[in-house]
Amino acid sequence: MRLAQSFALAAALSALLAGAAVAQESDADKDWSTVRIGTEGAYPPFNFLDASGELKGFDVDIAKALCEHMKVECTFVTQDWDGMIPALQNGNFDAIIASMSITPEREEQIAFTNKYYNTPPAIAVPKDSEVTEATDEALSGKAIGAQVSTTHARAAAALFPDADIRQYPTAEEYKLDIENGRLDAVMDDVVVLDEWVKSDEGKCCKILGTLPADPQIYGKGVGIGLRKGNDKLKEMFNKAIAEIREDGTYEKIQGQYFDFDVYGAETK
Amino acid sequence: MNESLTLLGFGSTGWGDDLARGVLVTVSLSLATLPIGLVLGFLLSLAKQSEDALLKLSADIFTTIFRGLPELLTLFLVYFGINAALKSASQATGLPDIALSSFVSGMVALGVVFSAFASEVFLSAFRAIPHGQREGGLSLGLGRAKVMLLVILPQLIKIALPGLANLWMNLLKDTALVSVIGLADILRQAGIAARVSREPFLFFGTAIVLYLILTIISSFAIGGIDRWTKRGEVAK
Amino acid sequence: MSGNTTTLAVPAAPRPKLKPAGLIAIGIWIAVAIAFVFYFVQAFDVTLIERFGMKYLSGLWVTVSLVAVSFVCGAIVSLPVALGRMATNPIARALSFAFVYFFRGTPLIAQIFLIYYGFGQFHGFFETIGLWWFFREAWYCGLLSLALNTAAYQAEILRGAIESVPKGQWEGGRSLGIPRLVIFFKIVLPQALIVALRPYANEIILMIKASAIVAIITVYDLFGETRQAYSRTYDFQTYVWAALLYLAIVEALRHATNWAERRLTRHLKR
Repeated sequence: MRLAQSFALAAALSALLAGAAVAQESDADKDWSTVRIGTEGAYPPFNFLDASGELKGFDVDIAKALCEHMKVECTFVTQDWDGMIPALQNGNFDAIIASMSITPEREEQIAFTNKYYNTPPAIAVPKDSEVTEATDEALSGKAIGAQVSTTHARAAAALFPDADIRQYPTAEEYKLDIENGRLDAVMDDVVVLDEWVKSDEGKCCKILGTLPADPQIYGKGVGIGLRKGNDKLKEMFNKAIAEIREDGTYEKIQGQYFDFDVYGAETK
Repeated sequence: MNESLTLLGFGSTGWGDDLARGVLVTVSLSLATLPIGLVLGFLLSLAKQSEDALLKLSADIFTTIFRGLPELLTLFLVYFGINAALKSASQATGLPDIALSSFVSGMVALGVVFSAFASEVFLSAFRAIPHGQREGGLSLGLGRAKVMLLVILPQLIKIALPGLANLWMNLLKDTALVSVIGLADILRQAGIAARVSREPFLFFGTAIVLYLILTIISSFAIGGIDRWTKRGEVAK
Repeated sequence: MSGNTTTLAVPAAPRPKLKPAGLIAIGIWIAVAIAFVFYFVQAFDVTLIERFGMKYLSGLWVTVSLVAVSFVCGAIVSLPVALGRMATNPIARALSFAFVYFFRGTPLIAQIFLIYYGFGQFHGFFETIGLWWFFREAWYCGLLSLALNTAAYQAEILRGAIESVPKGQWEGGRSLGIPRLVIFFKIVLPQALIVALRPYANEIILMIKASAIVAIITVYDLFGETRQAYSRTYDFQTYVWAALLYLAIVEALRHATNWAERRLTRHLKR
């Protein structure tokens, strides 16, 4: 009898654990009065911590504006980049607003809103670099830095198969490493690199050029990541994105950071 | 030099308060994990001495797994794995969402690792206590629980203390790994400060000094406990 | 053990009774195992092995070679440190004590960050003294931190083992007129190493586990490749593979140590 009991327990437990693997999420009937937003806080100028440790940046301001339009209260959660999608799926927060590109690979895991900006990737090298063009031949054997599990890291590996791609936890670390000469080049969003090479820290380096964004890797621009099936929140965000585009809020925020358009071509 | 002092200072220009908060997180995570690890480790050591072969085997499987896995990997398995399992369990049963924070994940992962090692320390301490102690206690008419509590446990703690002290030091250091899954402990705060200020040497150096201070304080505390457990012995 | 002077009639041991605690405990493990198999059958994906199998192997090689090289380097460094710990010279004692305390009293991950990112700050200085080629590479930085860290632990193992060799061995050697250095290397050290075998093996196991940290400074060891695979697929089984690989190495090492210990101490058994 005891044996039977413990097997029953075992069966119940395994059913629970097996359920773990197949369960589907559903946030459909939740009333969204507060939304927890996950962001990284290490990707200036899009999201970063300032000298007093406060969260700032384009993503953060856009998120605040969207929440205002959705009439919901928003709280921010900082999460390391490589754990962003699992943390969303596990319910540590409800939306990712962290400059995440809408890629096919990610769309298998999570849902995305429409894009809220789209800028091309670029490659930067030290000012005294002998590399004059961004080709696999020129970069063969060179160490290229990128942030781990980003579209840029994937694109670098695809575009420059003969280079040595190093992946860093955040953008700040590869910046430190190209400044001190460990890297021969870095690859990231043109806006991120541009801001950096213009700053004091980035004076070591220059932008070699922008690169074509392969839609297979880069997808449809940067969107807000949501759990699959969370259509309600997706609708709310999409409506709010359209609204801030309409009423000039978007331009106002954009103007605080950039002197050019980051939204890119209108889609649909 | 002055610049470094400003950076390490308190207030909005310095990172002193952030680092201090990091120390608090590191210390509270270690202190919160310790009882879990001790109790679980003690129970495991009892299971390993049990006549029940299945119980013994179960405890051995536990130890083998959690002593053999890298702590960092255990942490990831708990943080990503248990959270995913919890998520679907809550959906399957309709209960509200529960997600382990990085603090709780750290507590679980480090507690489990601690207990796997602690069970071995307890086990060898049990073996160092002569059988006569237990038999003597029983023959005096004390119950099994009382023998454990009054006779065995005090001696056990004394014998196991050096081993447990080592594990405590390891625990204190292993909390630094939890920074990788986002806990704002000493190392993470130092890392953020290093990135923003671009002074990695200063901040990682400071972090190391802070850990060293915690270790030194621990050594003193352990020395005190050691003297306390030995207060009954004849002074040499 | 088996005495043959008197033959006592040992009553046949009663069949161990199955108790609920043990059954529940093993039941949970069986459940975990079943859930695991279930999960694996359901989630198993051959394309994942095609995509990442070779990467895992190369990661495994990086882990093994990193640990092997840093273990040997650490062993070399540990010798003077251990001797310093046992020396009569107070300066040597203090220095070696500080070395051991520093590396054992602080987290390895913080040491690695200090060496990789902290020293990177002074690349100009390292360039002028011609050492930048070393600190430039993450692999070397990981090697250095692991080697220094294990040197501190190995010094203590070595010291404990040397001190476990009875004083009489030294005195005997001296009375035969053997030089101290020869006594140390030919008489004391071999005996000490038998005592130290198990702690050394444990140290290697600890290093294999600890080396996973180098993944954070861009070294693609087994854990680095695992994170890489996970970040591409978000498939949890990538972590499970790594766990199985690590467990396999550690268990193999543990059994090899048991075997080696039995062989080396054959002459001590009666």
